[in-house]
Amino acid sequence: MAAKGVARARLAADIGGTFTDLALECPDEQGGLQRWTAKVLTTPAAPEKGVLEGIRVVLSKAGMAPADISIFIHGTTLATNALIERKGARTALLTTEGFRDVLALGNESRYDQYDLNITLPQPLVPRRWRLPVPERLDNEGKVLLPLDEGAVRQAVAMMRAEGIESLAIGFLHAFMNPVHERRAAEIVREDWPELPVSLSSEVSPEMREWERFSTTAANAYVQPLMASYLHRLKAGLTEAGFACPLYLMLSGGGLTTLETAARFPIRLVESGPAGGAIFSAFVARQKGWGRVLSFDMGGTTAKVCLIDDHAPQTARTFEVARIGRFKKGSGMPLRIPVIEMVEIGAGGGSIASVDALGRIQVGPESAGADPGPACYGRGGAKPAVTDANLLLGRYDPASFAGGSMSLHPDASRGAMDSSLGTLGLAPEMAALGVVEVVDENMANAARVHAIESGKGYDGRAVIAFGGGGPVHGYRVAEKIGVTRLLVPSGAGVGSAIGFLRAPVGYEVVRSLYQRFRSFDREAVNALLAEMSAEARRVVAEGAFGAPMLERRIAYMRYVGQGHEIAVELPVKALEATDVDAIRNAYDVAYAGFYDRPVPGSDVEILSFAVTVATEVEAPPPVAEVSAAPPPSLIRHQPVRDTAKGEVSDWPVYDRDGFSPGAEVTGPCIVAEAETSTLVGPGWTCQMDGLGYLELTR
Amino acid sequence: MSDAATDALAAIQRQIQWNRLIAVVEEQAQIMIRTAFSTTVREAGDLSAGIFDLKGRMLAQAVTGTPGHVNSMMESVGHFLAKFPAQTMKPGDHYITNDPWLGTGHLHDLTVVTPAFRNGAIVGLFANTAHVIDVGGLGMGPEGRSVFEEGLYIPIVKCFDQGCANETFFDILRAGTRTPAELEGDVYSLCACNDAGARRLVEMMDEFAMDSLDDLAESIFEASSRATLAEIAKLPRGDYSAQISSDGYEAPVTLRARMTIAGDHIAVDYAGTSGLSGRGINVPAAYTRAYACFGIKCVVAPDVPNNWASLLPFRMQIPEGCILNAPRPFAVSVRHVVGQLLPDLMMGCLHQAVPKRVTAEGSSCLWNPPLRGGAQVSGGEAELPDFEVITFNSGGTGARPTQDGLDGTAFPSGVRTMPVEATENVAPVIFWKKELRPGSGGAGRTRGGLGQVMEIGAKNDAEFAVNAIFDRVATPPRGREGGGDGAPGWVGLTDGTLLRTKGYQVIPKGKRLRLLLPGGGGMGASSERDPALVARDIADGLV
Repeated sequence: MAAKGVARARLAADIGGTFTDLALECPDEQGGLQRWTAKVLTTPAAPEKGVLEGIRVVLSKAGMAPADISIFIHGTTLATNALIERKGARTALLTTEGFRDVLALGNESRYDQYDLNITLPQPLVPRRWRLPVPERLDNEGKVLLPLDEGAVRQAVAMMRAEGIESLAIGFLHAFMNPVHERRAAEIVREDWPELPVSLSSEVSPEMREWERFSTTAANAYVQPLMASYLHRLKAGLTEAGFACPLYLMLSGGGLTTLETAARFPIRLVESGPAGGAIFSAFVARQKGWGRVLSFDMGGTTAKVCLIDDHAPQTARTFEVARIGRFKKGSGMPLRIPVIEMVEIGAGGGSIASVDALGRIQVGPESAGADPGPACYGRGGAKPAVTDANLLLGRYDPASFAGGSMSLHPDASRGAMDSSLGTLGLAPEMAALGVVEVVDENMANAARVHAIESGKGYDGRAVIAFGGGGPVHGYRVAEKIGVTRLLVPSGAGVGSAIGFLRAPVGYEVVRSLYQRFRSFDREAVNALLAEMSAEARRVVAEGAFGAPMLERRIAYMRYVGQGHEIAVELPVKALEATDVDAIRNAYDVAYAGFYDRPVPGSDVEILSFAVTVATEVEAPPPVAEVSAAPPPSLIRHQPVRDTAKGEVSDWPVYDRDGFSPGAEVTGPCIVAEAETSTLVGPGWTCQMDGLGYLELTR
Repeated sequence: MSDAATDALAAIQRQIQWNRLIAVVEEQAQIMIRTAFSTTVREAGDLSAGIFDLKGRMLAQAVTGTPGHVNSMMESVGHFLAKFPAQTMKPGDHYITNDPWLGTGHLHDLTVVTPAFRNGAIVGLFANTAHVIDVGGLGMGPEGRSVFEEGLYIPIVKCFDQGCANETFFDILRAGTRTPAELEGDVYSLCACNDAGARRLVEMMDEFAMDSLDDLAESIFEASSRATLAEIAKLPRGDYSAQISSDGYEAPVTLRARMTIAGDHIAVDYAGTSGLSGRGINVPAAYTRAYACFGIKCVVAPDVPNNWASLLPFRMQIPEGCILNAPRPFAVSVRHVVGQLLPDLMMGCLHQAVPKRVTAEGSSCLWNPPLRGGAQVSGGEAELPDFEVITFNSGGTGARPTQDGLDGTAFPSGVRTMPVEATENVAPVIFWKKELRPGSGGAGRTRGGLGQVMEIGAKNDAEFAVNAIFDRVATPPRGREGGGDGAPGWVGLTDGTLLRTKGYQVIPKGKRLRLLLPGGGGMGASSERDPALVARDIADGLV
């Protein structure tokens, strides 16, 4: 119970597709942290209702009142869903004459080379509402053709007639000079002040017109919906008696104010998964682990994120609403700061089949929650990963999901036979094949993701969560050569807990082309100072005097290369010696990734990023554990090992029966209400001082 | 475990190993994209990567990449082994060539082969191919009269000998190109990505305790061959003929094919195809096989991964001396202009066998204007610094049986375009227009994809030059089953002056280049088109 009169508790809510998760934390008298969680159904028509209901539930669990809450942090998939389901505003795009079809042309390629029947994603703004106006800047931002203001006014009249609800403005090279975009917006506001307007020079001021216009159009598309939702939520909270500040989780991992979120709602896309990554990053920090791979496997997909030095890997582009079996290139590009993850169609519900070559394929089609895998006994006829796990003996049919549900192995066997029977394998061996394939798919995705990010995966520790992470973690770890795996507690509402660990922060990215042999220190210093001021202004609104940390990054490459490496810059006006040091740091970083530095090449900078964030409190040190007696055995269960194919009796322990320091050796299973941690042959599992399960081999 | 269970486990593990090999070569391709210098590789994806056994048979190929390299690179490894037998290779060796007849068909493609060693024994070979931006000579274009004019010619040589750079080779390489740093950097990149592939392969062999790739190779080949043959067996047997025309350089070129679908293979005979050109549009046979196989495979067996066995049932008979089987030293620099028509030609044959599975003809050949300016065009009076730049652009693809063709999308090539903002940042050019070309898609039940309109000038409207390599101007992409033809292409200036579709031409000061990219052909009668789609296209100003 919180001390009366002092608001000390922190509350977070994550709206997912099916559930809205709540987490509430409050310091206790012993200097520790008490936590309450709740899960309620998401209410898609008016999502604030689910949030308010969840808040009521979690407050009542904790015996608290709205006045006890010091801060409320919120993340939502609402913007993502609007993009996937195409339920945003009627949006127009004002663009440079001659470039009406940038959104439709994309990169002019097919995401599948061999499929003649692919469908490409349709632009959010149909051609009839893509309105060209004469104007043109060159690559340095100089005006080649002045803005035709009459054409802008004509476009406004046309938009009114068409019932347009939101406007994006995207002109070529506007990231170098926003003068035409700003003037066009002024004219629009003079004629039609209520129309929401998104400028490419504000939403995503970076080179590459397709990505920038796509991001700006997406921002405009979700803006009316998100602004209205956020204001309804705020009103609901006020009515319920909340006086605390409200923050929104950003896809890049920081928090921002309602006002900024309502202006740039595209930055809220994928904030839920971002929360999961921050949760992992916090756990990594608690453990003092520098190189981690976060592995979140749920019902439909698995997400992998690299975490270095306790910070999730971030990127500046992201693809949303993929339509082609999660294939890269089948979605819309967004150029915003994001926590970078690879997501593949591999979850407990992923369906197994056999292709024309007699190879087992798993996913991305999913049995979902209804009917679910065959073993749920709700009419699912196709074998899912959960069926395969059951047939391998990994689950006890009687005590699945904490005993709330009993499973039907016969249904799994039948489904395995009817879908994979052509392989001529016994259902148990087919199940082994399914699990090996899905584990291999996840391991391959993690490997390629690390390579695409210019990072290694060797020698990392894996932090596994989600319903499937602890089950599949050890084998995926083996496949990528990892010897340390952690299953934290509270993983069921990991994203919401992650929100509570996020700093108030904001990232500004700008393009400014530089070569080291002709480095313009004055221009760079001026730009960095301006970016820093902008980010600090946004963060100061929510920091309440908390100390702010600033990071500066330059995205660099050898002249002529296409992919940049991030190099950290000192947070100060750069001196000549700093410039030399940055150049050298690039060579070191490059050789670290690719072995061979390239002799004699100049290095160029494409863009700069400045991130300002409040300092995150350091977690308390983990208590040392001393050897504790092993937990008592619940039972033995015959389990088939997927590496060797052999069946043996695996002991099953209850996670609740573990005390810190207790250790068990694999093969065995540690069961808990929402999932089971599999400890493979050759692995050892110890509970650490935080109550986390740490597996090593 | 019972024997049956042991066998079952072994079968499952071979599948896992196969998946892993595909992931290994994908990793190889991604490293190339990240580290390459040429925009053609890093932005456009004009590359391929694969792993081979010691007999030079390809086991797996990266999904990332472009079809022109498919089995041309596959054949290439055999040539390397003929010159440098596997038992003579040492750890740290890298071998290279750009020989059009030993590689992928023109001097701009570098192919690098690297042996992989485990416990001191050679276990496999990694190969990759990349289209680099410059190899000297006349530059990318059709003007060469023999391959010797087209640039630096690299026979199969070692570029790294047991880890040491072959400095003589690199000296010659740097001296022979307009872009020495980029070209040298690209060679380093190709070697680095093969090294990474080799490391991953060895890790995998350690994990599964494999001494050689032989068993895995046999199982991949057996499954791929079986699946491909099963698909071929479903096709109606018979002989099917088709032809297609290219504008050519000096005269129109006709490609003819007679396809025989037998029970266990598909054979294509190109008898009757036009003879060789005096300019660089000739196609070496390996490149012909690459694009023809790609076209057949898209229709017949799109889901079977590429490897030696999955391509084996497609047999090509290409008469010597026809434009699809150019011998050395004929000029071949822009062999894609003719070669990229081959999938349309194959589909012309296949349409008679499986009409519901093919598309109408498309724009096919990429419209990539190589632009050049500065002193090399205008001499001492040049207003602009020297520049050389190429952008990749596509017209419309042919209508599909149940869907419209794709607007402004590359097919059969697998490359991507570059952003206009990025191009304008590397060269003093201004793109005044680049958008869809209304009305260019062939009418039909499903319409052809739309082409594009492009208008390009130099900064300050200074003088510059284009080395034109455009096609489908005299002969538009044809529709099928009563569908209309796509609009033909057009090459000229914005003032209406007509330019030649191929060859080096100067755009005078104050003028701009105007390109109309072809639309795809339509499929079926336009009277059968869904009225809602007609209304949509009208509202969007597309027809």
